Amino acid sequence: MAASPPVIVARDIANRFGAQVVHDGVGFEVGAGEIFGIVGGSGSGKSVLLKTLLGLRRPDAGTVAIEGDEITAMDDQELRAIKRRYGVTFQHGALFTALTVAENVILPVVEVLDLDEASLERLVELRLRMVGLPLEAAAKHPAQLSGGMVKRAALARALALDPSILFLDEPTAGLDPIAASAFDELVLYLRDTLHLTIVMVTHDLDTLARTCDRVAVLVDGKVITDTFEGILANEHPWIRHYFHGDRGRAARRRAEAGRGA
Amino acid sequence: MTFSAHFDPAAARLVLQGDCRMDDAPRLARALDAARAAAPAALVVDIGGALDIGPSWLLRCLLADLRATGSRVELAGREPGHFAYLDEIGARDVGALPVPQPVTPIAWLASLGAGLRRRVGAWYEALVFGGHVLTGAAVAWRSLKRLRIPSIVRHMHETGVQAIPVVAVIALLISIISAYIGAQQLRPFGAEIYTVDLVTIGVLRELGVLLTAIMVAGRTGSAYAAELGVMRLNDEVDALESMGVNPYEVLVLPRVVALVLVMPLLTVVADAMGLAGGALLTSYLLDLPWSQFMMRLDSSVSDTTFWAGLVKAPVFGLLIALTGTLRGLQVRESSRELGRLTTVAVVQSIFLVIFADALFAVYFLEIDF
Repeated sequence: MAASPPVIVARDIANRFGAQVVHDGVGFEVGAGEIFGIVGGSGSGKSVLLKTLLGLRRPDAGTVAIEGDEITAMDDQELRAIKRRYGVTFQHGALFTALTVAENVILPVVEVLDLDEASLERLVELRLRMVGLPLEAAAKHPAQLSGGMVKRAALARALALDPSILFLDEPTAGLDPIAASAFDELVLYLRDTLHLTIVMVTHDLDTLARTCDRVAVLVDGKVITDTFEGILANEHPWIRHYFHGDRGRAARRRAEAGRGA
Repeated sequence: MTFSAHFDPAAARLVLQGDCRMDDAPRLARALDAARAAAPAALVVDIGGALDIGPSWLLRCLLADLRATGSRVELAGREPGHFAYLDEIGARDVGALPVPQPVTPIAWLASLGAGLRRRVGAWYEALVFGGHVLTGAAVAWRSLKRLRIPSIVRHMHETGVQAIPVVAVIALLISIISAYIGAQQLRPFGAEIYTVDLVTIGVLRELGVLLTAIMVAGRTGSAYAAELGVMRLNDEVDALESMGVNPYEVLVLPRVVALVLVMPLLTVVADAMGLAGGALLTSYLLDLPWSQFMMRLDSSVSDTTFWAGLVKAPVFGLLIALTGTLRGLQVRESSRELGRLTTVAVVQSIFLVIFADALFAVYFLEIDF
């Protein structure tokens, strides 16, 4: 796996809003089949970075390449083709409230491919099975789902076009610990069986410790990238504060116990 | 290498060449459907490339269907990579996809009953809403602080002051149109001078207030419904309630009071512009000087004409505001509901306004007002 070229390469990204500098030379690489976590305090520009990686926002400087294609140099037409290679889930699910779960999950397919009803129905079943949703949820509307089911339905929609990369924004935020750890398991399972590359923005220290191979911390407009253990050893005061607070210690203990088992 | 899928019925062979990505799924699905329709006793599937998960699943569904009917299926060529994974998730017991129920007489009856119950529920809800607004008003009546003057003023500004331009222009144009048509129709009888009567009585009694109400229903009725609907979707109404604040007092009452106060004022503007439009057109079309128009106006209009229009304004304002806020608060769960109820708010408030206007017309006729 080490030999394969990186899937996402970000170099020297700078983002500014007026006089406010959000990113000043942010760069990292994400390898194939890697789960890459992005952390940062509120206002450190996690969302802006995610939008930049998705090609929804052009950075003021720097480049982003996805599977070798530089998306920062592309026009909208080319970008649209690239966007089919990745799936995205948003923090609050962003399911279309007017549609049923089945319609939500199959929407990306219906929009780009000309498939018959029976095949679409089979694909709905596949995606729901992939994320572990009961099939009876297909006819429900998003408002009738629990928080954990909304996240799973959003993931099913993100998987609809068989992407090679997944971007997850706060995948476990607002879930109870059981649902959150089940979601972590699902993410690990998808990565291990389908070799997806996964980039997630998260505040959940348990999720970070449990799932992420490497973690990027956004501080002072820069990025520090390391393994979870490496980040823990980092001497930066903000990082120490973030990971060595009470919650960080507890998450680390649980992760060590989990990995040892 | 681009993907191609071909089913050969004679040899009972399904040949897949090249890698099948999700984008190639339609081509694959057509070949699979051909094989499914032929339902051969034995089928050989020759796989020439890698398959994505979606296409693998579609192929696997075909194989399962054929095996269920007793045909022998063989895989040749490359091993499809995801089959182990699909077998695993396919074996999980997650129930079945819900099938739409066929419509039986009982089901039809049940849906009729459910519809009726919803209707009755909506009426009941409207009744409860009215009660809440009334009690809110009764409580607010006792102290000025609870009447939320700043909020009322803000809504008066948004629904009243900002509506002046559009109401003024519409009233001017409509009165010009009616004066023009009136003059044309009355000229053969040599009765052009009655154009003034037509325009002044028409504008003061009906057109001024009705046009204003319809404009306000479109502008403000929809705004009220959409504002409150989004607040509902964001749980803001529940948040208010959880603070022990009465949402009817905070959200509904100021809007209703503002519109009831603002409607007569807008009607005066519409009346003035309507008369100005009438005067303008008659002076051009009939060569009627301004002073004569005023004299004619004085004789055609009785003391009550102006008031007959104006007394309707607060009633129309009340109807529009209540409909808009009620529909807004009825929004539940989805963005489609928001759109539907905003439309309902506008359509119903215009209907109610015209219906009330008809009742007023009959009543004024009876009491000779």
